[in-house]
Amino acid sequence: MSLSVYIYLATILFTIGALVVLLRRNTIIVFMGVELMLNACNLALITFSRMHGNLDGQVYTLFVMVVAAAEVVVGLAIIMSIYRARRSASVDDANLLKL
Amino acid sequence: MSVLETSAGLALADPSAVRAIEATGTSALAWLLIALPLLGAGLLLVGGRATDKFGPLLATLLSWGSFVVGALVVLQLAGLGAEERSLSVPLWDWVTTGNLSVHAGLLIDPLSMAFVLLITFVGSLIHVYSLGYMQHDPDKRRFFAYLNLFVAAMLILVLADSYLLLFVGWEGVGLASYLLIGFWNHNPAYASAANKAFVVNRIGDFALIIAMAYMLYTYGALDYATVHGEAGSAATTTLTVIGLLLLLGACGKSAQFPLQSWLGDAMAGPTPVSALIHAATMVTAGVYLVARSQAIYDLTPDARLAVAIVGAITLLYGAIVGCAKDDIKKALAASTMSQIGYMMLAVGLGPIGYIYAIFHLITHGFFKAGMFLGAGSVMHAMNDRVDMRRFGALGREIKTTWITFGAGWLAIIGFPFTAGWFSKDHIIESAFSAPGWQGWVFGLVALLGAGITAFYMSRLFFMTFHGKARWEDDAAPHESPLTMTVPMMVLAVGSLVLGAVLYPTGVLTGWLEPVFGHGEAHESLIPLIGIQVSVFVLMALGVALAWLRYGRDEVPVVAPVGSFATRAARQDLFQDEFNETFLRRPGAGLVAGLEVADNDVIDGGMVGGTSRGLAGVANVVRQAQNGFVRSYALTMLAGIVAILGAVWVIQ
Repeated sequence: MSLSVYIYLATILFTIGALVVLLRRNTIIVFMGVELMLNACNLALITFSRMHGNLDGQVYTLFVMVVAAAEVVVGLAIIMSIYRARRSASVDDANLLKL
Repeated sequence: MSVLETSAGLALADPSAVRAIEATGTSALAWLLIALPLLGAGLLLVGGRATDKFGPLLATLLSWGSFVVGALVVLQLAGLGAEERSLSVPLWDWVTTGNLSVHAGLLIDPLSMAFVLLITFVGSLIHVYSLGYMQHDPDKRRFFAYLNLFVAAMLILVLADSYLLLFVGWEGVGLASYLLIGFWNHNPAYASAANKAFVVNRIGDFALIIAMAYMLYTYGALDYATVHGEAGSAATTTLTVIGLLLLLGACGKSAQFPLQSWLGDAMAGPTPVSALIHAATMVTAGVYLVARSQAIYDLTPDARLAVAIVGAITLLYGAIVGCAKDDIKKALAASTMSQIGYMMLAVGLGPIGYIYAIFHLITHGFFKAGMFLGAGSVMHAMNDRVDMRRFGALGREIKTTWITFGAGWLAIIGFPFTAGWFSKDHIIESAFSAPGWQGWVFGLVALLGAGITAFYMSRLFFMTFHGKARWEDDAAPHESPLTMTVPMMVLAVGSLVLGAVLYPTGVLTGWLEPVFGHGEAHESLIPLIGIQVSVFVLMALGVALAWLRYGRDEVPVVAPVGSFATRAARQDLFQDEFNETFLRRPGAGLVAGLEVADNDVIDGGMVGGTSRGLAGVANVVRQAQNGFVRSYALTMLAGIVAILGAVWVIQ
């Protein structure tokens, strides 16, 4: 089984994540899409690491996982406070940041 | 002030580049000449109301102190040999930058000391007079402070050893005259007269600045020693341009054509100020500048001719205007213009005229100051009225003023053996000995001017002191107090005897010859006796005509309409109309045009266009900021795809 299969899988996962972010309105779902894109990237990095025979990709992946963990904490907290303030989890309702 | 004192002590050790011998003894203290009146001005202005009581007296004493120092310096100078009478008093290094180095220092030579004696003596007499004249003015302390400032500035002007320091005095005189002409500035007309004097003077000052810049460019220095010493190293064109610029500067300060218009309006100031401006300070500065720059004018006959022409034009201009004025002070102002014209004509004649120009300047300082103080005394007697048509027959009421004014009158019309006769006749004789056509033109103009002078001064004298009384009902003429009449008497004596004391004895020529050299007189076009007789005849004719029209005949209380010439002269030969039409209106038009261009093209078009364009672009771009997170995410995705696509295409 060729390693390129993992790349295809990563690409498909990333595309699904991106579509989720662009198309869904529920904040939690959008957030999940973001996480899916991150993990698709992780898979691609691991695969490249394997392809080139060095550990750089695995190191990056570990960093991404750590940052993602931290980001989830902050992100969920923000979503919670927006929900409490507006009684809505729709991203389109939180549109005050404009001219 | 204190800077001046301390620096003088410090800098004495540092010999400057001036070729004059460094002063010792009394002359080394010559800076006191300037410091004393400057101290007075400073004390009175800073001291405020605390000095109200003793201020005027202090100012007068300091001015006399300056005269005493001047007299002592002159005594020391007289004891030296004729060639050693040029002393320098270095004060301090003033401007040192790059190749330029200007030292502040004083130049004591016969020319500057002649001015110093005139300025301090006549100036101090005017101080004394002002004690009486301004007695009831609530602001007299301020008045005396300005008087002291005026004297100090004029002394800086004549004692400077470089054009730059001269310019300091030059501007100081302008400032002091502005403050004094507008002293009663609660009257808007007086305040605008002060503005007018200042603005017209600025034109001359500007020319002087350009002249200095040109000198700096040509010689790399501004001190007299270098500029005059190396004057010959420059091209004739350069010298002519510098000479003409200096002349324009002189025209502004001395109220010569074409910058004469401020002088008449300057009569808005209190009368002692008019006396000071016309006799001792201010208007003589231009003559001094041209006389001091003789090394430049010696090398440029064209510029010198221009000086003489300006003098000749102004001489007639002032004389014609003087014939029509009914305001006693304005008539005197016109006569000053005319007399300064004589001096300019004389300095424009070259070495033959310099000494007589300074001679006339000194005698004029006495008789004109005397007459202005007399005019002030007349106004004092007549409730501050100035219209001569409402005077008449005052000779019987205010005898002292009548006699002292009469002495000045005899001197200015050139009655034989008075001061004015000696000085003016020599200028006319010099004018006739100018080469070629100049001799005829300048000679005849000067001769004609003498006749007109006799007419208008006699008109003034007879209208004021003789004929029938044409007073207003409330007039009660009374003689002025002693503080006013004593200076008038001193000046009257000077007007009568100064010429005889200075000229036939050779005092003046001997004193000034080391500075100006001995002028070789050309053969005069007309024999000397012929000139003297024709001057006397013209003078007698002028006086007789004035007597017939204004002494014997009834003078109408309301001025008759008069011929076109009379009306033109009353309007100062349309000088203000000319300036208004040909200078102010086009100037205002230009400024208005520039303002429109600035508003529409610069602000509206370039600056405004840029800002409007940016605002338009921003308006479009800000539509993208809609607040929807998902559209931002799409933009980001599109951007990343575009970047990746670009990378892919490049590879």
